[in-house]
Amino acid sequence: MAVERSSELGLGNQDDVVLVRQAVRALAVEIGLNLVDQTKIVTAASELARNTVVHGGGGIARIEVVRDHFKRGLRLTFEDHGPGILDIEQAMKDGYSSGGGLGLGLGGAKRLSNEFKLESRPGQGTRVTITRWKG
Amino acid sequence: MERIPILRLDRFLLVSIQVDMHDRLALTLQDDLTADIVKHRAKGVLIDISALDIVDSFIGRMLANIVNMARILDAETVVVGMQPSVAITLVELGLSLPGIRTALNIDRGMELLRASRESEGPTIGSREIV
Repeated sequence: MAVERSSELGLGNQDDVVLVRQAVRALAVEIGLNLVDQTKIVTAASELARNTVVHGGGGIARIEVVRDHFKRGLRLTFEDHGPGILDIEQAMKDGYSSGGGLGLGLGGAKRLSNEFKLESRPGQGTRVTITRWKG
Repeated sequence: MERIPILRLDRFLLVSIQVDMHDRLALTLQDDLTADIVKHRAKGVLIDISALDIVDSFIGRMLANIVNMARILDAETVVVGMQPSVAITLVELGLSLPGIRTALNIDRGMELLRASRESEGPTIGSREIV
């Protein structure tokens, strides 16, 4: 998989979550995702960016335009150095929440993406990577 | 402080969300609406979300909270104008917004609110003193 373009945004507070949403939307439009796919990736980005701010104590969002042979897509990485996730299986379940939310963030983001990867070490942080392909 | 305006029409409150909402703004709207329901003795709340290009779990929860709080304060809520792409995404996200009444547009939403107000029938006891 080749990375055509990459940018990084800081995630320190809820206003940054809005900025990440807008940046993801702009690139999703640019690479030609249809409206439903744009909405899915932006919604997933919103959930994960909020997780980074609320649970991870802040971090970064990396937004990349990627190409794999003939298809293009958007790959988003959310990284923090927060407390990490103790029980990943539990955290992926709908309805599980440690932050007073609806507990749909991780599972929901996974359903809204084509690829989903969650890496976390307790005490060291969390990294979530999602990809949405065009077509 | 940034706020979403709440308009009053008879005994109804109208809100049209026209900005990309951050979480604090959503919470402020929730508080403002509940205060206004009491202040104006509103019987219905109409929330137009046609300008929202996403509804994530936080905004979804705000909508559900408003509906529940309004109900406790004896007011009905209708959410109108959800974009089809937003509806598709919401379901996949896992949010089906149970208990939230929706309508396609503002006209239909107002019809619903007026109808549910009329079906309440004549005033009984202390519930309807205008």
